Amino acid sequence: MSKVLVIAEHDGVMLNPSTAKTVACAASINGAIVDIAVFAATAGPIASEAAKLASIARVVTYERSENKHALAAVIAPQIVAVAGEYTHIFGPSTTFGKDLMPRVAALLGVNQISDIMSVESSHIFKRPVYAGSAIATVEAPMDTILVATVRIASYSAVTSNNSALIESGSPSVVDIPTHTRFIEVKSGATDRPDLQTATKVVSGGRALASAENFDIIYKLADKLGAGVGASRAAVDAGYVPNEMQVGQTGKIIAPDLYMAIGISGAIQHLTGIKDAGTIVAINKDEEAPIFEVADIGLVADLFTAIPELTEALD
Amino acid sequence: MDNNDPLPLGARSNEVEKILVGLKRVVDYNVRVRVKSDGSDVETDGVKMSINPFDEIALEEALRIKERGDASEVIVISVGTVDAQQQLRTGLAMGADHAILVESDSSVDPLGLAQTFKSIIDRDGIDLVILGKQAIDDDNSQTAQMLSAIWGRPQATFASKLDIAGNKATVTREVDAGLEVIEIDLPAVISTDLRMNEPRYVKLPDIMKARKKPLELIAMADLGIDQGPEIKSVMFEPPLERERGVMVNDVASLVAVLKEKGLA
Repeated sequence: MSKVLVIAEHDGVMLNPSTAKTVACAASINGAIVDIAVFAATAGPIASEAAKLASIARVVTYERSENKHALAAVIAPQIVAVAGEYTHIFGPSTTFGKDLMPRVAALLGVNQISDIMSVESSHIFKRPVYAGSAIATVEAPMDTILVATVRIASYSAVTSNNSALIESGSPSVVDIPTHTRFIEVKSGATDRPDLQTATKVVSGGRALASAENFDIIYKLADKLGAGVGASRAAVDAGYVPNEMQVGQTGKIIAPDLYMAIGISGAIQHLTGIKDAGTIVAINKDEEAPIFEVADIGLVADLFTAIPELTEALD
Repeated sequence: MDNNDPLPLGARSNEVEKILVGLKRVVDYNVRVRVKSDGSDVETDGVKMSINPFDEIALEEALRIKERGDASEVIVISVGTVDAQQQLRTGLAMGADHAILVESDSSVDPLGLAQTFKSIIDRDGIDLVILGKQAIDDDNSQTAQMLSAIWGRPQATFASKLDIAGNKATVTREVDAGLEVIEIDLPAVISTDLRMNEPRYVKLPDIMKARKKPLELIAMADLGIDQGPEIKSVMFEPPLERERGVMVNDVASLVAVLKEKGLA
């Protein structure tokens, strides 16, 4: 019998949608009982959201002031302290989970499986290697605890129709290290949908040629109610901040609609979008590799086509 | 299990004396990797091998710290077959002072790597470890976190900026929400993201000079490392490819298709 603990990702106020996708993966293990752990300074609203997620048995909260910010060195020993009753511990393969879960695994003396994209059995999984150029089937030993991160682009969020039990976990007695201190997060937060969970995403590439020109991308995105992304070339050129980067070295996303505007389609970019529902590419260069993966392609000058498209979507 | 008291560093001229940098030999990032027909592995015969790009960034950062006068020695380490000497020589040519190859013919999981690095930390007295955030072959992104865990020291992963002042460092991390800034006590483990720096090119005279620098060979078996339970790679297969779709001639046709699919 598998008993999976999913570590909730949150910003101190709201549950991150990556949690519902991690639960979907955990629940796809045959017969698994899935709990969610919320490590926070104040867990209330986060735990309430988590308790609504389908397929989970209960939410356990671990509140202490040190948990205000998600520092791996602070949270990992607390997870280890409660790991004993579980066969699996899962986190999302976001920067939160990628930072935290290997620290948990090492403290437990086991290796970790990164980026689960499908569950074959309780201890056999598929995961991408070589930037998605190959898919590896990996097998973990049955007799030790299994720690893993879940590639969230491979899973759809479970629905929110549950009302699971919320329990307050007994405060762990572990020493909380003080050698790592949070200072701040600088983000270009916008009202647009979050890139990693948006159902539609419009991305711009180097062909936009300036930060100012990205405005036409924002206008199209706002018309569609889409999140905005960018290629690595556009980020490196300084047109947009790095948190907008889509691709192997940025965010891996799976929206229903992905529009690549002025993006040539380097392998590392394609790796980040190959699970998208419909890919639309607009590029002046008809030889651009992006057209090899696009469901709908249009060879056009983006500076005339995008305003025209934005206008036509009324 | 975490050690909150940093090692006594005060007696030294620099707060950071020795920096350890991991260099992994991987298939060059320009190579389009193919799965072997029997699914046992990916094809690596006759393929160009290079230093993992994130590790090159880690080494560049260590060299810059040393060149600023904030450290006195940069040690590069690789774990693998004797072929990895090639990447270590490149590291020495870039400017590292000393190289260590821990020889192993079988693949080593991240926990085993972390244990290996820890044994060198204990032997040589390392103050700062800088590793790439992930290797571009297995894409695990685990070793830095595991090393800091078993060392009981801070980790600063996905770093794009590192400032050292005394026995503390301020690190900017590239996280999903933007840029996170944390302060950590040293010793610590840093893992580097792409935007941290641009690695230098190796010049020919440096390659000649690097031949005289020390490259130490250690047999993995001599370190007596418990690598932890192995995660086995059972099979490799190529990914599902997307099919080429349709081309439309103008914006009006594009809008029509999007509306037909219920996407606009």
